[in-house]
Amino acid sequence: MIYADNAATTKMSEAALRTMVTVMNENYGNPSSLYRFGQRAKEILEAARADVASVINAEPREITFTSGGSEADNQAILTAAELGRKKGRKHIISTAFEHHAVLHTLKKLEQNGFTVTLLDVHENGLIRPEEVEAAIQEDTCLVTVMYANNEIGTIQPITEIGAICRAHGVLFHTDAVQAIGHLPIDVKAQNIDMLSASAHKFHGPKGVGFLYVKKGIRISNLIEGGAQERGKRAGTENVAGIASCAAALKEAAAGMDETAANLKVKRDRLIAGLREIPHSALNGDETQRLPSNVNFCFEGIEGEALLLLLDQKGIMASSGSACTSGALDPSHVLLAIGRVHDVAHGSLRLSIGEDITDEEVEEIIGSVKEVVAYLRGFSPIWRDLTAGKKPFIL
Amino acid sequence: MALYSEKVMDHFLHPRNVGVIEDADGVGEVGNAKCGDIMKMYLKIDNDIITDVKFETFGCGSAIASSSMATELIKGKPVAQARELTNKAVAEALDGLPDYKMHCSVLAEEAIHSALEDYESKKK
Repeated sequence: MIYADNAATTKMSEAALRTMVTVMNENYGNPSSLYRFGQRAKEILEAARADVASVINAEPREITFTSGGSEADNQAILTAAELGRKKGRKHIISTAFEHHAVLHTLKKLEQNGFTVTLLDVHENGLIRPEEVEAAIQEDTCLVTVMYANNEIGTIQPITEIGAICRAHGVLFHTDAVQAIGHLPIDVKAQNIDMLSASAHKFHGPKGVGFLYVKKGIRISNLIEGGAQERGKRAGTENVAGIASCAAALKEAAAGMDETAANLKVKRDRLIAGLREIPHSALNGDETQRLPSNVNFCFEGIEGEALLLLLDQKGIMASSGSACTSGALDPSHVLLAIGRVHDVAHGSLRLSIGEDITDEEVEEIIGSVKEVVAYLRGFSPIWRDLTAGKKPFIL
Repeated sequence: MALYSEKVMDHFLHPRNVGVIEDADGVGEVGNAKCGDIMKMYLKIDNDIITDVKFETFGCGSAIASSSMATELIKGKPVAQARELTNKAVAEALDGLPDYKMHCSVLAEEAIHSALEDYESKKK
């Protein structure tokens, strides 16, 4: 079995798993309790906060633990919106290919009197900093641009966008769910005001994430209740999950350079191998992309059928086809970079993990070639394309 | 629970009657690439009996399985009986489809009907 869907979720690392079980077993106290057993749990929680903060060069008090990336995205955007509303600034800038946790939150704000500018994504899957700058208005309260895209893996010019936002006095949030633990991040140097993260994307557990908010920015609550997380996120803390998240992130950050270098070699081999398939195209910039991400469109086939057949061969991957989600339209990310529906349905995302071998890379290439050829063999579109009745798009 | 029934997976992994009939008596194509499903049906008809049927499909697993099952349901049957094929019959023969995949069985029904119309119009 080859697991090539690490952008969906990752296997927990040994350290993350060990930490989680140990804390559950030995430190199940409530961090809000005053006896020593509870205070020990509090120490674990604060140690985790310090560890997480140090990875992104933040202060521990700037970290709020959440249930995951989606909650963090919601809270960041609603925080900026609330601050903006007080000053009469109700304009937000984002991009057309954000995660739905961002896009749907923005939609909700639009229904409540905010205006949202969604920047176009260029064909290479990148946002241009100068277009962010041009979109800033007097009443802009937030710019939110993802660090790396979850489908096509393109890495955005976050440092440049951060500098622009700082110069204009606009808050800058980045959804770094796909990037943190995989790419170096320095919130101070990059002028990031808010950042969302999710533990299960860097070999931590599901159901845990965090939001970094630069000190001085008043956070709005999503969940009211007790005084946990300095009153900004009520509910008894998921101590074991949070400790496990920190253990996973520390480990990922320590091995980041080596892992990235190894993955890039495998990624580039996959790209070269899949390019040999006629009428295919890589989605997203070839170099400005996550070391783990490969995303292709294959003309004349549909992605769900491709995934099911790869699954039969023991390969687990993902697709932006409408049929994989129950939606009518294919991935909004592929449409945003200008892929037409016809070819966006035939997409494949491979997101590899550091334990993948050279043999497995070759097996993936061979299997994808075989399955694409098989499906094209009885595709009426492919017949029309090869008979010259319709022009090839790719 | 698996995404699809065993029947759907069987017809998806081992589709029956795949291909083209060059001298078909009726050909029907439905769906469009924009929506991600196209089905094309080829019929060979002799004395009002469907003696052969082949299909080509661009689409997801359930679209391929629905096409395959639809061809099985009409092969060797009189034209009048094939005309009564419903999407429900296709879905039931597959031991059901997820709700959001029911349109695949509709497309299979439409593809068969479209090929039969083509046959009728050629006969005139």
